[in-house]
Amino acid sequence: MTLNTPYIDWFGLSPVLTLIGTAFAALLCAVLVPRAVRRIAAASISAIGFTAGIVLAVWLYVDSASGHTIAAGAYYRDRWTSLGQVIIFAVGLGTTLLAVEHVPGWGRDADHTRRDDHVTEFFALLLASAAGMAFFVGAANLITLFLSLEWFSIALYVMCAIDYDLEGSLEAGLKYLVVGSFGAATLLFGSALVYGATGTVSFEGIASAISSQGLTGDTFVVVGIALMVAGLGFKMSAAPFHMWTPDVYEGAPTTVTAWMSSATKVAALLLTFRVMTTAFPDNQHLWGWAFAIIATISLAIGNFAALVQKNVKRILAYSAIAQAGFMLIGLSTGSALGGRALMYYLIPYAASAFGTFAIVAARERELGVPVTLDNLAGFGWERPFLGVAMWFFVFGFAGLPLTGGFVGKFYVFAAAYDHGWVWLVIVGVLATLVSLYYYLGIVRAMYMRPATELVIAGGSPAPERLLQVAVGAAFVVAVGSLFAAEPLITLARHAASSLPF
Amino acid sequence: MNASYLTSILIWLPIAGAVLIWLLPLSRYATGALALLISFAEVGFWIKQAAHFDFSQPGLQMSEQANWFGELGVSYHVGVYGFSLWLVGLTVVGMAACTGYGFWVGRERPRAYFGLMLLLTGATVGVFEAQDLLLFYAFFEAMLIPLYILIGVWGGARRTEATIKFVIYTMAGSLIMLAAIVAYGLKAGTFDLVDGPTSASRWLFLGFMLAFVIKAPLFPFHGWLPDAYREAPPEIAAVLSGVIAKAGLYGMLRIAITKFPDPTSYYRTTVLALAAAALVYGSLLAFRAPDFRGVVAYSSLAQSGLITLGLFAGTDLGFDGAVLQMVAHGLISISLFLIAGAVERRTTTGEFRLLGGMARGRPGLATLLMTVGVISLAVPGSASFAGEFLILAGVFQRHWWWAAIGAGAIVLAAMYMLRLISAVLHEARGSTVSDAALDLRPGELALVVPLVAGLLFLSAWPAGISHHSFFGPSPAAAVKSGFK
Repeated sequence: MTLNTPYIDWFGLSPVLTLIGTAFAALLCAVLVPRAVRRIAAASISAIGFTAGIVLAVWLYVDSASGHTIAAGAYYRDRWTSLGQVIIFAVGLGTTLLAVEHVPGWGRDADHTRRDDHVTEFFALLLASAAGMAFFVGAANLITLFLSLEWFSIALYVMCAIDYDLEGSLEAGLKYLVVGSFGAATLLFGSALVYGATGTVSFEGIASAISSQGLTGDTFVVVGIALMVAGLGFKMSAAPFHMWTPDVYEGAPTTVTAWMSSATKVAALLLTFRVMTTAFPDNQHLWGWAFAIIATISLAIGNFAALVQKNVKRILAYSAIAQAGFMLIGLSTGSALGGRALMYYLIPYAASAFGTFAIVAARERELGVPVTLDNLAGFGWERPFLGVAMWFFVFGFAGLPLTGGFVGKFYVFAAAYDHGWVWLVIVGVLATLVSLYYYLGIVRAMYMRPATELVIAGGSPAPERLLQVAVGAAFVVAVGSLFAAEPLITLARHAASSLPF
Repeated sequence: MNASYLTSILIWLPIAGAVLIWLLPLSRYATGALALLISFAEVGFWIKQAAHFDFSQPGLQMSEQANWFGELGVSYHVGVYGFSLWLVGLTVVGMAACTGYGFWVGRERPRAYFGLMLLLTGATVGVFEAQDLLLFYAFFEAMLIPLYILIGVWGGARRTEATIKFVIYTMAGSLIMLAAIVAYGLKAGTFDLVDGPTSASRWLFLGFMLAFVIKAPLFPFHGWLPDAYREAPPEIAAVLSGVIAKAGLYGMLRIAITKFPDPTSYYRTTVLALAAAALVYGSLLAFRAPDFRGVVAYSSLAQSGLITLGLFAGTDLGFDGAVLQMVAHGLISISLFLIAGAVERRTTTGEFRLLGGMARGRPGLATLLMTVGVISLAVPGSASFAGEFLILAGVFQRHWWWAAIGAGAIVLAAMYMLRLISAVLHEARGSTVSDAALDLRPGELALVVPLVAGLLFLSAWPAGISHHSFFGPSPAAAVKSGFK
């Protein structure tokens, strides 16, 4: 018996493969590299992996003007995939820089023989989860969709719990595991129903089966879509599937939160847009409304809940839920304009989300306690650069013209208006207004409160040069995307043109 | 016009200066000096811009256009008309005086402070020069950020409530305006203000107007005003009422009236009624206000109402008078707030019951306050008399009763301004006025005297502005043609 293996376009898969390879290499550092340089060696491998991934993804973007599936119809090699990967890997590179100074192991282990025992796992998991997300955005059938979802989710569960000395971290990991598994199961059940109705797992096959067999109103298809929407909603932390988000974001090590809040959301939103427009174009009236309603609920819950929070990580977590709502406005239109809006919005969003959590990480390390609005007092004056970056990021979230968030918000509103959904624009406007209160609250906490008596953990703050570099890069991307809106939107347009409209 | 680079320089020079100040580790003195130097350079560039402006030509001048995001028809498009030229001038002169005031009093955390002042300058000039709706919106919002921090950090004891109220009020208006901009621009296929068509949509008109009446402000959208004007540092209150409020009035002229002619006439009576209400109500409150800044704050509300009367009269005289009055009132209120700041520094209070008798031995203060006060109460021959007369004549052509209300309010203006002058300068010496309180120092005089000189110049030659704001003999026709 001969087994016919399909032709594999190795180059098309190269960004994912590079990250898998470097993940193994980083893991091997645990046994091959002496303890003293283990951290820096693993971090260097991670940085090399992400840089190579970015280069390859850019190369593939240039080289994939006509998108198509590869590996027997399992994976899309197109610009939507490549651009998403570039964003994810760039966040990964930033997270690597952040992790060098901010992953558990610094200073708290008095026992020198145990120092940096598990640091290599962190980088290996980071690379592995990035590889999973990179594969996820390119998934072309329900099997690869589910496998890659689990692939990066499992890596994230462990990353959340990696600071196992802290109860909060363990709790976050467990909570994310339980809720995430539930979400994954929902998605899998939905996929099974869709497969049962259409007899195929490929996105394009599903679309043609639905249109040729008149399955638009089929019970299995409709219920299947509903369950898939819910399952993906868990991953993008959209309300009402958001319950895990504040707890996990708060409990997880802040470096991991920075990574999750930006990269996971990029992957989940891009994939969702692809699967909905590719596999279910005839059902747009259903999922379009579903996502519009989810967007409205996310905007309402995210913004109102953030108003009463005191812990900065929780505020930012709720803000992330609200931001998902804004991006879902673009997604729900299911139009080319909506796709561009979504893709563009993700660029400043990912940079700002990463940047805000990185800054919180710096403060957290300084104080040794969770960062609240109260102990943020005076931060803006003590660390001027981080303070300025923080108010740029949060005002950008609020849609003030300081970062590309302004253009992004304008674009999703334009997409909604273009779709005829004036009500959704009004919802977005009102949500922005509510959000101002807590975003201003963060700035007020940093600059306008008298600094309370603070107990600084471990003397003067460390220089944290790599963190500053990472925040600086995020700052440049976030602000630059305002001025360079045209080239970025052109990129997004090319990316969205790989999708069927 | 090959002087078009000036338009962009006026926006970006102060913003670049702000970045420079944040990056360079300069001393307190050097920071203030650099900021002041940049503000003076702004005034210089504006003078050059005014010199290059050809008043005999119609249309946009010294325009620059660059692609921003082309697929939706949004571009970086800036340029000036006659009336925007005067408002840019008001901005750069006013901001220079206020930056100078900040330098003179020695604000804490100078690098942050002066950087934000320069940022505010750039954003405000941008509002008056932007010829693209989204760009206009971006600058309109960008003004808010430095203002928020400037009031929130350097403001008075109740600054937190004041800033929250101020920001939430203004953002409520401007976010609705963003929705209106999206709707207008996508329907028109362009966001350009010069090329964009007129629209008959009443909803869009209301969306834009809401933002402008909050910013201006008009009754009953003025809830943020008293707190913000009292809690802000004096020079920021001066900027708020002298310059920022004019952005709302400018928006009415440039966007609401020009782009929405039908809704403008449909809602004319409503807006005129609100404006008249603001005028009377503001004047009455100013008469009852217990403190220096309260009087100036509520008189700004009244003046915004008066200027709106002129704009929405829709007549030649009304438009001319409105532009003249915007500049004249801008200079007046900046001067008054700076003088209020000087009084508060000497007595620690602006409350009338604790003030009084400051004229004795302080001729500089007394002369300046008298001069500005008298100009502000529209004594015949003054700049604001010219402005108010034109506005009232303009609105009289619409209907006589508007002019009657306006004239009545001007009597009130005389009452509250004379009350202010006598409460501060005359009457018995207040408990907080010590003999040691000095007259205005040369530094303060150097800031306020040029503003008053500008007012006197406008009093002598109001036609300098009122005849040089719109092309052609008829401003109403110019507005109707979209300034083509």
